[in-house]
Amino acid sequence: MRIHCPICGERDRREFYYKGAAAAAERPDPQADAATWNDFVHLRDNPAGVTRDLWYHEAGCAAWIVVTRNTATHEVLGAVLAEDRA
Amino acid sequence: MRVAGRGLIDRSRSVPFTFDGVRYAGFAGDTLASALLANDVRLVGRSFKYHRPRGILTAGSEEPNALVTVGVGGRQDPNVRATMQELFEGLEVRSQNRWPSLGFDLMSVSDLAAPFLGAGFYYKTFMWPRAFWEKLYEPVIRRAAGLGALSRQHNTDVYEKAFAFCDLLVIGSGPAGLMAALTAARAGADVILAEEDSRFGGRLLAEVEEVDGQPGADWAGGVIAELEAMPNVRLMPRTTVTGAYDNGTYGALERVGHHRRRRPHLPLECFWRIVAKQTVLAAGALERPVAFRNNDRPGIMTAGAVRTYLNRWGVSPGRAMTVFGTNDSAHRTARDLVDAGVHVAALIDSRHDAPASDAFPVIRGGQVCGSQGRQGLESITVRRPSGEERIQTDCLAMSGGWNPSVHLTCHTGARPVWREDLLAFVPAENAVPGLTPAGACNGEFSTAGCLRDGRAAAARALTALERPVPEAGLPVAEDDPYRTDRLWAVAGKGRAWLDFQNDVTVKDVKQAAVENFRSVEHMKRFTTQGMATDQGKNSNIAALAVLADATGREIAETGTTTYRPPYSPVSIAALGAGGQGDGFAPERLTTSHAATVEMDAPMIEAGLWYRPSFFRRQGEKTWRQSCDREVNMVRRSVGVCDVSTLGKIDLQGPDAGAFLDFVYTNTFSTLKVGRTRYGLMLREDGHVMDDGTTARLGDNHYVMTTTTAAAGEVMRHLEFVHQCHCPQMNVRFISVTEQWAQFAVAGPKARELLGRILDDPLVPGDWPFMACGAVSVQDVPGRLFRISFSGEHAYELALPACYGDALFRQLVSGAEALGGGAYGMEALNVMRIEKGFITHAEIHGRVTAFDIGMQRMVSQKKDCIGKTMSERPGLMDRGRARLVGLKPVGAVKLITAGAHLYDREADPVRQNHQGYVTSNCFSPTLDGVLALAFLQRGPERLGEVVKSVDHVRGIETLCEVVDPVFFDPEGGRVRD
Amino acid sequence: MRFSGWRVLKEGLTGNRGWTPHWRDPAPKDEYDIVIIGGGGHGLATAYYLAREHGLSNVAVLEKGYLGGGNVGRNTTIVRANYFLEGNSQFYSYSMKLWEGLERELNYNVMHSQRGVINVFHSDGQRDAFVRRGNMMRSQGDDAVLLDRMGVERMVPYLDFDNTRFPVYGGLYHPRGGSARHDAVAWGYARGADSRGVDLIQNCEVTGIDIENGVVRGVQTTRGAIRAKKIGLAVAGRSSLVAAMAGMRLPVESHVLQAFVTEGLKPCINHVISYGMGHFYISQSDKGGLVFGGDLDMYASYAQRGNLPMVEHVMEAGMTLMPMIGKAKVLRSWGGIMDMTPDGSPIIDKTGIDGLYLDCGWCYGGFKAVPASGFSFAHLIATDRPFDAATGFRLDRFRDGYGLMDEEGTGAQHNLH
Repeated sequence: MRIHCPICGERDRREFYYKGAAAAAERPDPQADAATWNDFVHLRDNPAGVTRDLWYHEAGCAAWIVVTRNTATHEVLGAVLAEDRA
Repeated sequence: MRVAGRGLIDRSRSVPFTFDGVRYAGFAGDTLASALLANDVRLVGRSFKYHRPRGILTAGSEEPNALVTVGVGGRQDPNVRATMQELFEGLEVRSQNRWPSLGFDLMSVSDLAAPFLGAGFYYKTFMWPRAFWEKLYEPVIRRAAGLGALSRQHNTDVYEKAFAFCDLLVIGSGPAGLMAALTAARAGADVILAEEDSRFGGRLLAEVEEVDGQPGADWAGGVIAELEAMPNVRLMPRTTVTGAYDNGTYGALERVGHHRRRRPHLPLECFWRIVAKQTVLAAGALERPVAFRNNDRPGIMTAGAVRTYLNRWGVSPGRAMTVFGTNDSAHRTARDLVDAGVHVAALIDSRHDAPASDAFPVIRGGQVCGSQGRQGLESITVRRPSGEERIQTDCLAMSGGWNPSVHLTCHTGARPVWREDLLAFVPAENAVPGLTPAGACNGEFSTAGCLRDGRAAAARALTALERPVPEAGLPVAEDDPYRTDRLWAVAGKGRAWLDFQNDVTVKDVKQAAVENFRSVEHMKRFTTQGMATDQGKNSNIAALAVLADATGREIAETGTTTYRPPYSPVSIAALGAGGQGDGFAPERLTTSHAATVEMDAPMIEAGLWYRPSFFRRQGEKTWRQSCDREVNMVRRSVGVCDVSTLGKIDLQGPDAGAFLDFVYTNTFSTLKVGRTRYGLMLREDGHVMDDGTTARLGDNHYVMTTTTAAAGEVMRHLEFVHQCHCPQMNVRFISVTEQWAQFAVAGPKARELLGRILDDPLVPGDWPFMACGAVSVQDVPGRLFRISFSGEHAYELALPACYGDALFRQLVSGAEALGGGAYGMEALNVMRIEKGFITHAEIHGRVTAFDIGMQRMVSQKKDCIGKTMSERPGLMDRGRARLVGLKPVGAVKLITAGAHLYDREADPVRQNHQGYVTSNCFSPTLDGVLALAFLQRGPERLGEVVKSVDHVRGIETLCEVVDPVFFDPEGGRVRD
Repeated sequence: MRFSGWRVLKEGLTGNRGWTPHWRDPAPKDEYDIVIIGGGGHGLATAYYLAREHGLSNVAVLEKGYLGGGNVGRNTTIVRANYFLEGNSQFYSYSMKLWEGLERELNYNVMHSQRGVINVFHSDGQRDAFVRRGNMMRSQGDDAVLLDRMGVERMVPYLDFDNTRFPVYGGLYHPRGGSARHDAVAWGYARGADSRGVDLIQNCEVTGIDIENGVVRGVQTTRGAIRAKKIGLAVAGRSSLVAAMAGMRLPVESHVLQAFVTEGLKPCINHVISYGMGHFYISQSDKGGLVFGGDLDMYASYAQRGNLPMVEHVMEAGMTLMPMIGKAKVLRSWGGIMDMTPDGSPIIDKTGIDGLYLDCGWCYGGFKAVPASGFSFAHLIATDRPFDAATGFRLDRFRDGYGLMDEEGTGAQHNLH
């Protein structure tokens, strides 16, 4: 599996650490209610198809990136720096 | 027998070898299989279930029968395909799965019991009495099953792994593969040509048909010579591409050393990870046998294999040959045999309109419906419209048509597509992104068709690579149409084999259908059809055709089982190359490692690091003696300990303080420059992630320490929080763990020791507890932190790592001069337990700040990672197990880590479980056993006596619940 | 038909003509009392126990492919009861008891073999953690034996004790642990459920769940609409997808776990061996293949296949632990979809929708749980109360933080297990 790092280019999956759904980056307000926090920490869309997830170029440039990927086919559709995510 | 005038072998070089202790000779260029056939050895193995005699069926890696063991001891290789093992001088081979001998195998009695051992019989019996399964039935089954054996010795061969990258990977070097490689290479693309065989050419090496007016092998040789001379081409013979993975990644096994005597350092195998922008799959096709009664005798082979043995190795597997086919390919076998002067008794073709021949008798519309012979074929029974007849023969070449090798096209989930005109499955369109199938694996069976298809596939790949496609003509070659009759199994009584190795017969498949195992997956799993070492390469299509017939469905509707990597089996040693011994994980060594080892300290693993357990001194016989001495040494004078393994992260920037406030539960932005503070870090789920101290070295400059275990995790976490949650913060950080050597100097004489080491004297008032700042040692700038993990007046002194060794030696000799010395992890652990300091034994991922009595460290004035979730009711519940100290109060004075806690009078059963011990030690300072534990409502129960029960060690202890800080609770010693 | 040695003998003597289908292939009825979605181990066991324990046989199991085609047919077949957290401990202990009677219960040889599980450890800290585990097992009434290095060496002398990156300090031995023939478990439950009147409906994919006013009414399938009073979800890796049909989001991420089998070999590994440092576990099947696996590939996936980095890591772990297996050749690799929960423990619970029940989150440990999961889920569906041994598997534990079961201690949030 190859992941495209926006900084380093295409690299082997071995260089990356995986964190899961990009939702983990969208931290709610600390005052938000319990349901919102439960959603954020625990609940997931978990689609069989196109998803956005978080990868960390640990053995590379240390960038956290949001990869658009298909969980059914493993096709990698694109990646942006987490800092630049929409 | 060897046939004159044929073959690509070197008849001037005789190669001796042994099989089951008998000496034979072949020629250079032979495989073990061709050499055995040349020596008229037909019986080479036994089948899995019924231990039926087995001969050589094929001439390739798909061989299901001729599996042998090569070598002994740490080099013993079981289940080697005789068809793939190249002959070399001194090769020693043994047959397997027989006892006492191949010719006389007592286990073959199971064949007599075959009526009772049909598909799935074991699911229906062996249930009574219960205890007999493990004691009797299963051991007997296990001993009878299996093929070859492992030696039970550690592997002693060398294996390697490697990466390769290319524009175009061509898999297979028959006419399609060669044409694809040549076209792409001439266009300037970086090409890798991988060929499973030792020699390039594929079927061209096995056929007499010419290409461009020359023998196929010669034409292939010419192409290879051209490719070899090109710098953009890498030729990889003896390399099987074993799997297609994601995004153009392929696994490939190169057999580097199997064809020669072992040489030091020469790997036996190399497993390649090939990353290709484009791929052409030219894997060819596999011929399928026909099922008929007793079609499993040695001497019955595929027709293409017979041709291969004849044309490539100059071997005829029999003297009185017969051929049975459903297609024209069988006719080529008969023709080539006759041309080579071998007697062909008959060609039986199931087609009524089969071509005739002047050279050999052709029985049109005939079927072979049985075979006879002891341990090898002696005759066959032929059924034709006019009746049955018996024909004497010692070798039957059979062809039920060809199956394209679609395997790799299915590895990423695609299903092959049935083509009724070919009676075969072909690859689906765009089955694997970037992969184009070409030639026989794509259902194109003529040589000219393969050449055309190979060129077209290369053109497609070049276009995708945005390279021009060079104009070139195609070589001239035969372009015969392919046509096969639909014949999977000849009707009749008796057992007709589908899976030769696993002994699955047509009857078994039909029985599976009767028992409603109608899904092809069910049939496979119920009968074990296709689960042998060839993974059904020789049998799956026929089996599913039989199943389709038995269930009244079409083959396309019945579908195939799933093709999975690897294409052919790969040794664990190759896939795991580098892992054996200490190669499994990197070794991280501190700068004091050499000095520590010189001091006779036993080293223990701490994550990837090695740290000293204790420093043994003369006269000390047990680790406890050394440990007690080291603890006393620190408490009374001074000790030195390398703490460089702790993670060190340097943070800089105007927002560094604010950032730390966000990742730590407590506040760091208010920390004064030159001061250090203990910090607690939570996961977002509210549990404790790590702890450590962070020092403020300047207005915008902090250095954080983490535990050894969590250094990587914390670094990753900080990057995550910064980049994902607060990228606007102006802060940067980097791990400097390996840049600094850091030593704890602890004990009442710590200041005195440092005074002798540092360039400037330590003025007591300038260095209060938790102070930090710059110092120098012989003009080398360093850092000093007045922090303590021992509860003593202590410092940590850091210098750039290149000075670590010298500094450690100097500190230790300085300490020894003061009555102190180095101390190890055991003493460190005792002292931290005495002080109630936690490690990952306590913060094991399931505890909260509340559990460890640090809830007050979670600042209520600010947000931080994990804060909200740490306030969930379940995480603040009073009934949670919380940190306490324990001291033995009864007759038993031992408390052990991992023991469970119960009320004093309670039964020690799960329902009464109240907590557990995390750490224990003997404290020389307090002269007794101490333990840290988590106990439900612990802090409310100080003074209570509970029971610690270690079931597995058989220890039960009454313990008093005490405060976890056993020693110097006021902390006077650290501040002194 | 009752299976026995006599039956095999009789059929053998009469040409094996008397065998009958293991189960029927009924067409789906318009309505059932209970529909179980998912014809894997958990779904089939649930249907079996609904009929067997609760007398409920107006039940259908809907399977989108073939029975037992999911994780029950693609795991490493290990059966053990060596959990150490309250909630898990009693559940797996109960499952073990069911396993021990399963063959007679089902009249089907699932080849449950209690050959013993050995977990080796590599440091004092790991030993203490295993002791804590062993003590929980013992206090629950199960068996656990602490082995020192010599003890491990006596049992499995072929490990590399002298030249390995993480030397073996000792092990925790669980004699009642072992393995079973995975497919047979699915088939045995299927046959038992079918014979008690449950309709097992294959090639029937659920495409929608009908809910009216917060109450389930039935399902839409590729074979038509089916009304049901109660619906149980037992679809493992696809739990999120089916739950989404009911408008639910689950605390689940689906990941790929690979497993491997080698060519057949004469018996050489007689236990189940687990190597914590390398996430590696291995046993030898009765057919002689070494069956082994490791950790997740570590990316969300529904593809039922993995990639080389984890393949190689697993093999490297095997080579450092027991280099004798180097000469064994990997015959086949495959992948299953693991329904990973934040704390690594499962869910057997009601949902916010009346009549909709959830059995999911088995992560990579669902096989050994099959009997007790089926038993507990059947109990929940039939009685609307959780079964005693499964009260810990609440869905709301994540939200309120009570009773989290994070066996690995890696944090009760996603992607840390």
